[in-house]
Amino acid sequence: MKIYLSLADIQRDLGSGELSCEALVKSYLERIAANEHLNAFREVFSESALAKASEVDQKRSAGKAGKLAGMVIALKDNICYKGHKVAVSSKILEGFISVFSSTVVERLLAEDAIIIGRTNCDEFAMGSSNENSAFGNVANPHDIKRVPGGSSGGSTAAVAANLCLAALGTDTGGSIRQPASFCGVAGLKPTYGRVSRWGIIAYASSFDQVGPITHTIEDMAAILEVISGMDEYDATLSSKPVPAYSKQLEVTGKKRIAYLEDCLNKDGLDPEIKQHVLGFVEKLRAEGHTVEPVSFPYLDYLVPTYYVLTTAEASSNLSRYDGVHYGYRSKNAYDLESTYKKSRSEGFGPEVQRRIMLGTFVLSAGYYDAYYSKGQKVRRLLRDKTQAILDNYDFILLPTTPGTAFEFGANSADPIKMYLEDIFTVQANLTGMPAISIPTGKHSNGLPFGIQLMGRRFEEGELLAMSKHLLAAR
Amino acid sequence: MSIYDKYETIIGLEVHTQLLTKSKAYSNDAAEYGALPNTLVSPVTLGHPGTLPRANKRVIEFGVRLGLALQCTIRERNEYARKNYFYADLPKGYQITQDKTPICTNGLVVIKDDNGNDKTIRIQRIHMEEDAGKSIHDQDPTDTLVDLNRAGVPLLEIVTEPDIRSADEAYRYLTEIRKLVRYLDICDGNMEEGSLRCDANISVRLKGDEKFGRRVEVKNMNSISNVKRAIEHEITRLVDIVDAGGTVDQETRSFEALTGTTFSLRSKEAANDYRYFPEPDLLPVIVSQQYVEEVRKKMPPLPHELFRKYTDALGLSGYDAGVLTDTKEVALYFEDVLHHSKNAKAAANWVMGPVKSFLNERALHVSQFPVSAERLAALIDLVEGNKVSFAMAAQRIFPALIESPAKTPLQLAEEMNLVQESNEDALLDLIRQAVAKYPEKVTEYRAGKKGVHGLFMGEVMKLSKGKADPKIANQLLTKVLDEQ
Repeated sequence: MKIYLSLADIQRDLGSGELSCEALVKSYLERIAANEHLNAFREVFSESALAKASEVDQKRSAGKAGKLAGMVIALKDNICYKGHKVAVSSKILEGFISVFSSTVVERLLAEDAIIIGRTNCDEFAMGSSNENSAFGNVANPHDIKRVPGGSSGGSTAAVAANLCLAALGTDTGGSIRQPASFCGVAGLKPTYGRVSRWGIIAYASSFDQVGPITHTIEDMAAILEVISGMDEYDATLSSKPVPAYSKQLEVTGKKRIAYLEDCLNKDGLDPEIKQHVLGFVEKLRAEGHTVEPVSFPYLDYLVPTYYVLTTAEASSNLSRYDGVHYGYRSKNAYDLESTYKKSRSEGFGPEVQRRIMLGTFVLSAGYYDAYYSKGQKVRRLLRDKTQAILDNYDFILLPTTPGTAFEFGANSADPIKMYLEDIFTVQANLTGMPAISIPTGKHSNGLPFGIQLMGRRFEEGELLAMSKHLLAAR
Repeated sequence: MSIYDKYETIIGLEVHTQLLTKSKAYSNDAAEYGALPNTLVSPVTLGHPGTLPRANKRVIEFGVRLGLALQCTIRERNEYARKNYFYADLPKGYQITQDKTPICTNGLVVIKDDNGNDKTIRIQRIHMEEDAGKSIHDQDPTDTLVDLNRAGVPLLEIVTEPDIRSADEAYRYLTEIRKLVRYLDICDGNMEEGSLRCDANISVRLKGDEKFGRRVEVKNMNSISNVKRAIEHEITRLVDIVDAGGTVDQETRSFEALTGTTFSLRSKEAANDYRYFPEPDLLPVIVSQQYVEEVRKKMPPLPHELFRKYTDALGLSGYDAGVLTDTKEVALYFEDVLHHSKNAKAAANWVMGPVKSFLNERALHVSQFPVSAERLAALIDLVEGNKVSFAMAAQRIFPALIESPAKTPLQLAEEMNLVQESNEDALLDLIRQAVAKYPEKVTEYRAGKKGVHGLFMGEVMKLSKGKADPKIANQLLTKVLDEQ
């Protein structure tokens, strides 16, 4: 069967009778089976996906199908789907089956998307290479010796390898955008408060957002407008109405775009990626947009602030995995305390343990003010400074990643080096702004890479329109 | 002088009140007592991955109500915080509470000190939090059982300044707080069921010393009397240690009701570092001045306000005012009677006398009392207006009214032929008959034996079949006897 890169193509063929959802799901199931070496999926929901496909086929013949009919989508393994296992690629949630669906899943299903499976990721979404999964690395479809990025590496690899049309990931510090860049697909982190976190297994509550991973901006818009908006279960959501993103994908008028000189001059940025970004600067100027360099002398503070604050929240969020109520319990435990210590030591992988310890440290008496409290202040400053740029410009243009996908093990010895992978992406999470990675680049080493566009809070519409324009202009 | 007289006790109390909300603090689960174990547990209560808290707005309202009643400053911007610790009855591994921004601060409660004088106990703070589940250690030989029904039930914690100086003051403070939360309808105040819990921080120092001594915290006292007992025991224990030159261990102790003693639970060194930080899953709640005023308008009358009204404006004794305001229901019934009758003192006597005895005899609650405040007021007014005698009203009409609460007291008095004769001509006629009957007694009376007056009164009452207004009849009789 042919490979589909957009929902429009699928819906056209469904409409003409050339294709059924059932056939479509079967072809994806075959492709998943043929690409098992990528290790992109933790579990394929063949049964429920085929059942949903036949339901959608019936609805289509009755003319009652939802607007995502034909959208075959994968979920990162931290998104709850009632009656299905969910484990964030961790041993500690061994055997855990969610008893409720996340809001995003409910909304996707209500519009007749078909959920095909859950994808591998870094354990508890902590990582930039997918090497922290307790269930093995995900291979980058463009070069299986290389990482797909992380933490949503299974989701981006699955979309890149056409094992599904789209996927949902979560982005706490770049976990959608960085692997999207490495795998050559589009990935969006919406504004904090745009998409419900109900049913999303938390890493760092004030950073986490769910977002779509797609080939096209149209599909991204279609998914975003379904999953966004108020829901009584997440108190941090904005009540702002959700625009019809898919109906406003044209850039109107001339825009003002800032690019961060400090980013482009950062040591370790691949020169081809720098040139690529500068190429867009020229192209946009030539089109009459205002594109100006802006100073943002805070780059060195981004990653440390991010790691102080996210690990603090994570150390608390992950306390519930204690071997008492559900999930993994050590067989070597003999009392309550050993149940905690042994279950958590055996159930969590080394990177998760490192971040729990780091977070526990920064919140502990005597260190709180020096780390957590100061981190909060720096976060406020970064938000104000970023907002100040966006008061004057419509977008901020920057690279998504310093380089292209690296080989397995390349950064494993040095966690700091691995953390610096996030240098261009954490700004959006620290400040709550929406940001997207658009697959525009092709490196001389043969690997894809993306450019990143950050926009104003709740202006995903503008961001998507400009992204579509840039993607077409690549 | 005993060694105990050389020392002064410093006590601060932390009271946890479990709130009477329908649902839990951060989820939709019902907040009820007594359901089968682990039946009121949604994924939120169980701390399942992916769940998020939602703040129950009633908790804020209750917090404001309590804060207003304790004359606190109500905070506008309320942040929630996480208190992190591991325990089997805490499924999330943290409790959602308030840390740096308690909803109420700087309040006060007035109690009597040990000499009967007014004493102000300052309230340091009141904050909102959720309860943990219940660990049950004594129902299985080897395992601790956990019931999570209580996990997430809303609490308000009331923390005093260290202003309490004796076990009796602590007793009175707790009695006042319990009365107050019941008046406010925010907590049932039941210490046996654990809906009101108290931890006591106790230290002793030589009288005149400025510096506080090392303190101990005592937990697990399931009645107000036990709080008193625990404090008394601790005072003795601490003074014995200090007076012998020893050092008090800063620790948490548990009260053992059977023996009236305490034992160490954990030392300060073993204390948790709770790693408080702002709860990122809940936005701060803004309590506007306007909202506070709305809550203030709906506040029920408070016991100390009613007490002051009864003693100052109505002239009742402190004892009577205390009895009438002891529970909100009795106070409200009394208020209702006052609304229909101007005879406040008589109303107080009726409510504390016949009404209370009737309820006590039958173990009824005032809400089950069949006679409306309006009818009782009418009966009181009949007596005060000399239409019926108090004796007839209490012995005959009151029981009849309980049987037939739909009838008015006047109807009943007429039906039972109990309306008093207060017509002077009719009474004079009866008096003359009585006087004529015992001429020799009249002579005795006139000779100075005033005691026979009672005999004539008895005869008048007999002739009137008990209906003569005793006051008027008495005056007329004296007049008639003195005239002749």
